[in-house]
Parts: sequence; structure tokens; C-alpha cells
Amino acid sequence: MNWAVSLRLVAAEEFLSVTGLVLLLIAGWAGDKAARAITWLSVAALAVAAVLVAPALTHGAMGAETSAFFGQFAADSFASFAKLLVYGAAGVSLALAPGFFERFGQFRAEYPILGLFAALGMGIMVSATDMLTLYIGLEMNSLAAYVLAAMLKTDDRSPEAGLKYFVLGSLASGILLFGISLTYGFAGTTNFAGISHALQGTMSTGALFGLVFILAGLAFKISAVPFHMWTPDVYEGAPTPVTTFFATAPKVAALALTMRVALVAFGAQMAAWQQIIAFLALASIIVGALGAIGQGNIKRLLAYSSINNVGFMLIGLAAATAGGASAVLVYLAIYIVMSLGGFAVILQLRDAEGQSVESISDLAGLSRTKPGLAFVLAMVMFSLAGIPPLFGFWGKFVVFQAAVAAGLVPLATVGIAASVIGAFYYLKVIKVMYFDEPADKVAGSLDPVHGLVLYASALFISPLGYLLTGWLGGLAHSAAAALFHGA
Amino acid sequence: MTDFPILSLMLAVPAVAAMGCLAVSASTARMLALAATLVDLVLGIVLWKNFQIGGPQWQFVEHAQLFSGFSWALGIDGIALTLVVLSTFLMPICIGASWEAIEKRVPEYMAAFLFMETLMIGVFSAQDLFLFYILFEAGLIPMYLIIGIWGGAERIYASYKFFLYTLLGSVLMLIAMLWMVNETGTADIPTLMAYNFPRGVQNLLWLAFFASFAVKMPMWPVHTWLPDAHVQAPTAGSVILAGVLLKMGGYGFIRFSLPMFPEASAYFAPLVWGLSMVAVVYTSLVAMVQTDMKKLIAYSSVAHMAIVTIGLFAFNRQGLEGSVVVMLAHGLVSGALFLCVGVIYDRLHTREITRYGGLAINMPRYALFFMFFTMASVGLPATANFVGEFLALGGIYQASSWVALVSGTGIILGAAYMLYLYRRVVFGEQKNADAAAMPDLSAREFALLAPLVIATLWMGIYPESFIAPIRNDIVYLDARLASAKPQGDAQVTAGHPAPAEHAEHHEGAEHAEGSEK
Repeated sequence: MNWAVSLRLVAAEEFLSVTGLVLLLIAGWAGDKAARAITWLSVAALAVAAVLVAPALTHGAMGAETSAFFGQFAADSFASFAKLLVYGAAGVSLALAPGFFERFGQFRAEYPILGLFAALGMGIMVSATDMLTLYIGLEMNSLAAYVLAAMLKTDDRSPEAGLKYFVLGSLASGILLFGISLTYGFAGTTNFAGISHALQGTMSTGALFGLVFILAGLAFKISAVPFHMWTPDVYEGAPTPVTTFFATAPKVAALALTMRVALVAFGAQMAAWQQIIAFLALASIIVGALGAIGQGNIKRLLAYSSINNVGFMLIGLAAATAGGASAVLVYLAIYIVMSLGGFAVILQLRDAEGQSVESISDLAGLSRTKPGLAFVLAMVMFSLAGIPPLFGFWGKFVVFQAAVAAGLVPLATVGIAASVIGAFYYLKVIKVMYFDEPADKVAGSLDPVHGLVLYASALFISPLGYLLTGWLGGLAHSAAAALFHGA
Repeated sequence: MTDFPILSLMLAVPAVAAMGCLAVSASTARMLALAATLVDLVLGIVLWKNFQIGGPQWQFVEHAQLFSGFSWALGIDGIALTLVVLSTFLMPICIGASWEAIEKRVPEYMAAFLFMETLMIGVFSAQDLFLFYILFEAGLIPMYLIIGIWGGAERIYASYKFFLYTLLGSVLMLIAMLWMVNETGTADIPTLMAYNFPRGVQNLLWLAFFASFAVKMPMWPVHTWLPDAHVQAPTAGSVILAGVLLKMGGYGFIRFSLPMFPEASAYFAPLVWGLSMVAVVYTSLVAMVQTDMKKLIAYSSVAHMAIVTIGLFAFNRQGLEGSVVVMLAHGLVSGALFLCVGVIYDRLHTREITRYGGLAINMPRYALFFMFFTMASVGLPATANFVGEFLALGGIYQASSWVALVSGTGIILGAAYMLYLYRRVVFGEQKNADAAAMPDLSAREFALLAPLVIATLWMGIYPESFIAPIRNDIVYLDARLASAKPQGDAQVTAGHPAPAEHAEHHEGAEHAEGSEK
């Protein structure tokens, strides 16, 4: 392994690190008035990074030539797919931020830079092929995320969310580390390929404990039930652009990481984790759906919706096949666009004084006062509920297809029946917007950036999105193939 | 003509017009919607004219590999043709019925209806399993909005009930479809119709499809969403719900359950008979005690749909043909009855039967139309319902005389509740001054009801026009079911068919019977 090759494989990470540091210097020099410029530079940096990682996906890179630093890092097509989603989601969330924070006069130049570092950490997470790389990436993302959650100092809920996220996140990291150390103790290595090799045959109880603890730590990061408690509080408390960020990019990274750990590191012990993942999936679907019913705050509602959606993605992982992995990736791609569209609408919801409107009852009659916003939010809701012909249906479709193909018919049946519970609360939002008399709470004009995100995502989740199924499916297929390469 | 993608065009016209409606004012939206539905009606007639009777089973076939996982495959057989034509026929009437009754948010209303039309035609013409599912499910969205936004006082409860009931029914079908495609490697409906699924799995698959179609149909005891939805929906919503959406359940049985799982269908036939018999008797009795006109007609729909399921699961040609004709007839007649209720609802804004009375005096033309459709609903000879119900009951008699006996009471009970309704609304004294002051039918209302009268009479007097396109498809279906056919208890033996008295009126029926023996 020569260093030049390794360094070339991590080009995107290098670029993001250097750009982040340079922007930090600029921020220190120019102060908060440069915040907007730094935001756009950060978005541009993410776009460049995306260009740097894209070829690995289009060429279907996999195997030894993608492995950097002695098997610690893989720049394969799977990582590339996840990184494109992460960079895209992070870039859009950053672009949505100025319009929000400037209303409170609270836009700090550190904000986009922290977002950039979080994206860098996530890039490392999805490329990790060693437990230590995994941990470095995870913490890099988490530390940035804790600060982001606490960014809005004028709102008490924001530091509270940051603190909660930090305390619970640290606990989860501890659990994860404990699992990693157990696994290391029983496998003798932290390398994924090495672990997989060492765990052939019957699994020892100790290694099984390691697996359970690792999955518990990761379940926290993807907010799967029963490790989901932090999600509604953090989503509600964090400033809305940060919530947008949390709901999208880290979901992709943590889920992609979970997939690589499960399918590569523990690829020899599928039976051991399949039932754990199946349990997490069903529990997330059901608890996410039931929990959402009583929510009066739209951000908390979307938090439960994200728990619910993670459950569907985990069904694809539970299939433990290449088809299942590619279904999860397709689902993720559609899910982040739906989330971005939904949060772009929520960012537009403010009253005449510029205060955010978050209560669902304040959306009453939105279809008459703001038809465009209501229409897009209704589309997002139907799409999240998985009702065709909206594109959100396709995510559920491919996941269940993979589960059925893998013979998990009972799991798929229970999962899809529980999705009807979820439909109930999505319908509630639409009912409030369309059937109720106008409350006239929402005022203010459409921010152009938000408008662009709004309508672009609406176009994507409209039935026209189905025209992309071939392309998206092809990319996801090639990405998933990288995970199963040599398996 | 054969290469021209006429089905895609029929789907595109309302879809594009729906988009257009959202961008224009209320009066333009009305005109645009009417124009689009009329264009589709013309295309529907063109389709009917160009359909080769006795030609290939699947006509106007289109195939485009636009998506991964499923394809844009369209094509119709005779059964689908009749239902497509029914949809296109009812749509302009629905738009016309909403012309004055809908005052708020007209563009959105018209867009929802046009979107609905696209989906209905799509469901009947889809040849890909997943395309069918997507269009079938998508119909929930516009109907939910139509009931919820423009409905009556209890509209929110009704819209939720409609949505969640039908969604729960159909998600299980999706899992079954995924399994089938995984097993056979194709989502092509005609191929799947000829595929022999393993016997043990058939039962589970059949039940999954049954969950969806039974709710849609709706069959007792999962019919309770229908009265709520009907009562709360605006008039045109009720017309389209009764006229076309319920037919998706029956169509589903014909297209999927019966040909794809013939053994399971035979196995479960007693279940379907049992549920249908309960439905015929029970919902007819329930209809009799209703005080709300729309609810009464909604319950009568459940009873009529039970005749459809009985005919379908008779496993012979009369039964199957009869079921299709009942579906078409019910689409016309119950749609017309909802329009009749809508006419007086628009004047007095109540559906309470007791608030009316003696309308024959001040609304003679209305009374005539209402009388005609009441008689048609009862199944009077020379109307469409008679043909269908006669065939369906004749079909089930060969399979089980008990079922025929019990479901035959539906005709009597139907006469009871319909005539009782008519007597209370139209005859008698003019108890209520406001009802007595209502003006007779306007020209617009006349123009809406007249085509329905003509179609009902046409189907009743010369049903051959409607049975001819479906005859071959029923023959294919019957052949497919032949091996699984349950033993009938009626022991019908070939006699010496003397020219039956009804032969002149019902050539179709006679023809079918003749060739069976």
C-alpha cells in the first residue's frame, strides 16, 4: 500500500478538512458579518467534494484498489453513494440556514463550518472499514452536531437540546466503544475484514455481546426504537435548519455505517444480527407511528416520522442481501429529499412577527392562506406515508420487495400493516391544513432559497420521480455490490 | 389506429387538465374540466367503436419500459373496456352535477376529479401488477380530499374512515403481489392470469387480495366505511364512488382473484356466498329503516354489490356475465339515484326523508326521473339491473340453490325499501311548505339525468351491445375456472329448451344459457 494512493482515495476528506480550516480562519478574521459568504463557500466546498467522490460510484469502484491506509478506509461505490447523499443533504441544510438565523440576528460564522466538519465526519463514517476509523468519524460528526443543536442561544430549548443530545450521545458512544472492545477481545482485530474472518463458524458469547453493544450504540445514532428517546426532544429543541440537518445527513451516515458493520464486519454471522435488526425495524415502525399520533408540534411529529421511516429502512437491512442493501440506499435517497422538502416548508412557517410557527393547530386552513406551501407539505406527508403515486411509496416498495425476496414475508406483512397506523398522523396534518377553517397564523413571504428547495423536492417526490427509478436503482445496485464484494 | 396510444392519451388528458385547473379561476376551471371529460368521453367512444369483438383478448396494448421494477403497460379486454367507458360516461355528469353545488375552492375540486378520472381509467387498463397497485392506491388521495374538503358536517370522520379502511385492505395485497412477482419473475397481468400458483400458497394470496377487494367492494362486514363516505361526500363524489370506485373491487375479483387463484377461489367460495347472503338480507333491512336518503342508497349499494360477488363466485358464464352487467347497471343507476338526491339536496340542504313529501305535485318531471331510477334499482324488466341480476342469480342457482334463494330475497327487499323511499319523498301530502315550494328540474339537471335514462334503457332492452365485448373474456375466464368449479347442488339437466318468454328481451341471457348446455 503506498501513501500516494491512499491519499488520493481520501481526496474529498482532505479537501473538506483544509477548506474547513481555511474558512475557520476567515471566520475568525471577518467575524459574523461574513457568515452568509462562508455559508455559500461551504456549500460550494461540499459540491466540490461531491464531484470528487462521484467517479467512484459511476465506475462502481470496489475491492482492494479502494482500500486506503492498510484497510482502515474504503473509498468504494457504497461509500460514494452515501457521501453524495450526505454532502447533498448537508449542503441544502446549510443553504437553508441563513434565512432562519438572520431573523433572530443570531447567524454565527461558525455555523456553516461546523456543518462542514460534521459532513467530513460523516464521510469518514461511511468509508470506515475499521472500528477505530468508525469511531473517529462518528465522534467528529457528533461533536459538531452537539454544538449545532445548541446554536440558537436566545431560545432556551436549543441549549437544552444540545445538552440532551450530548449526554445521551456520549452514553451511546460509550456503549459502542464497549462493544468494539469486546469484539476486539474476541476477534483479535479491529479491522472489518479481519473481524469477519475471525468470526467464521460458531460465534462465542463474548463476541455476540460485542455485536449487541455495537448495534445498540449504532441504533442510538439512527434513532431506532428502543434507543430513540432523544430524537423528539432534540428535533424540537434544535433550531429548525439544524433539525433539517439532523433528520437527513446523519441518518444516511449512521445507517450506511450500520450496514457496513452488519454486512461486512459481521457478514459471517448474519443469523446473529438479522433478528436484532428485524426487532429494531418493527419496534421503530410501530413505536414511531404510535408516538406520533399525540404530537402537537410539527417538528416532534417529524421526529417520530423519522423513527418510523428508519424502521422501514431497517427492514431492507434485515433482508441481509445485496437487494436489501440497495433498497435501503434508494429509500434513503428518497427519504432525505422528502425530509428536506418538509423542513423547507416548516422553515417558511412563521407568524407576522417572524416567530416560528411549529404547532400543528396553527397550520389550520393553510391551504387557503398559503396554497403553495400547503400543497408541498401535503405531498410530503402523503409521500412519507408511502401512498402512491408519490415517490415515497417507491422507497417502501423496494424495501418490502427485498424483504419478500429474502423470504421475510411475515416481517414484511407486519411492517406494512403497521404503516397504516403511520398514515393516520400524516393525514392529520393534511386534515388540519385542508379541512379546517383558516387560523391565519402563518405570514411572511417565500425566501428564494427555501422556495427553490421546496419546489425542487416537490418535483422529485411527484409521480415524475418514478422516471428516476431506473437510474437511482442502478446506482444503488452498484453501491450495494461493493458491500458484498468478495463476501 | 391500433398503434396509436389511445389509452395513454385518455390518461393524459384529464391529468394535464387537472394541472391546468389549479392555475385558473373558478369558472375557467369548470369549463376546462367539462371539456377534458368530454374529450375523454369521445375517446372512450372511439375506443368502444374500435374494439374488435372476437378479436385478440388484449387490445390497444402499449408497453414502455419507463421505470425499473415495473413498466408502463396498458391494454384492455372487453371487461375493462366496458368499465373504462362507464368511467368516461359518468365523469362529465359528475362535473355537471358540481357546476353550481360547489362554490368554494372550485379549481382544486375540479383538479381532484380529473386526477381521479386518470386513476380510474388507469386502474382498468393497467397490465402491470405494480402499475395497477399504484393507480389503485393513488385513488385514495383525491377521494380523501373530495370528502374531507367539500363534504358534509361529519366529513372528517368519514374521510379518515374511508382512507384508513381502504389502505389497510390494500397493503396486504402489495405483499402478495411482491411475492407473486418474486415467484414468477414477471409483473405482466396476462401472464400471471395463466400461471398456476402452488395450491397451498394460493389460499394466502387469495386472502390478501380478498382483504383489499372486499373492502373496496364493499362486502359485509367491512362495508361500514361506505355509508359514512357516501353521506358526507358531495353529490358528484357519491356518484363516482358508487359508479366507479366500487367497481374496482369487482374488477379486482375478475382480473386477479378468480383467474390467478382458481382453486383458492373455489375453496373460499362458500365464505363469499355466506358474506354476500348476509349482505343482501342484512343491508337491505338496514336500508329500510334509514331516515337519510343517501344512507339508504348507500346500503342498497352494498346489497347490489353482494349480488355481484355471488355471480362472480358462481363459477359459470351466466354468473360472471351477470356480475359484469350488474356492475355496469349499478354504476348507472346508483349514480343516477345519488344525482336525484343531490337535486333536492341542493334546494333544501337536507337529506332527511321526512323533510320532503308530495314532490310529485310541485316537481313532476323530477318525480318521473326518480321513479324511473327507483324502478331500475328494484330491477324492473327493461332496465339494466334486471338483466344483470337475472343472469347472476341464474348463475348461482346452478352452483347452490340455497344461495340463489336467499339472495333472491334481495330483489323483494330492494323493492320494499326503494318503493318505501319513493312513496315518502314523492307521494303523499305536501307536509313541508319549503319542500312544496321547490322548483322542478332545471335544464342542466335534466341534461344530466337524461343520458343516464337512455343508457339504462339501452342496457335493459338490448344488453347485447354490452355483453358482446365481454363474452369472449368470460369464456376464457370460465375455461380457466373449469377445473376448480365446485359441484353444484342444483343438478341442472339439459331439458328441451322451449322458447322462453323472456327470450326476446334478453338475447344475451338466452345466448349464454344456450351455449352452456
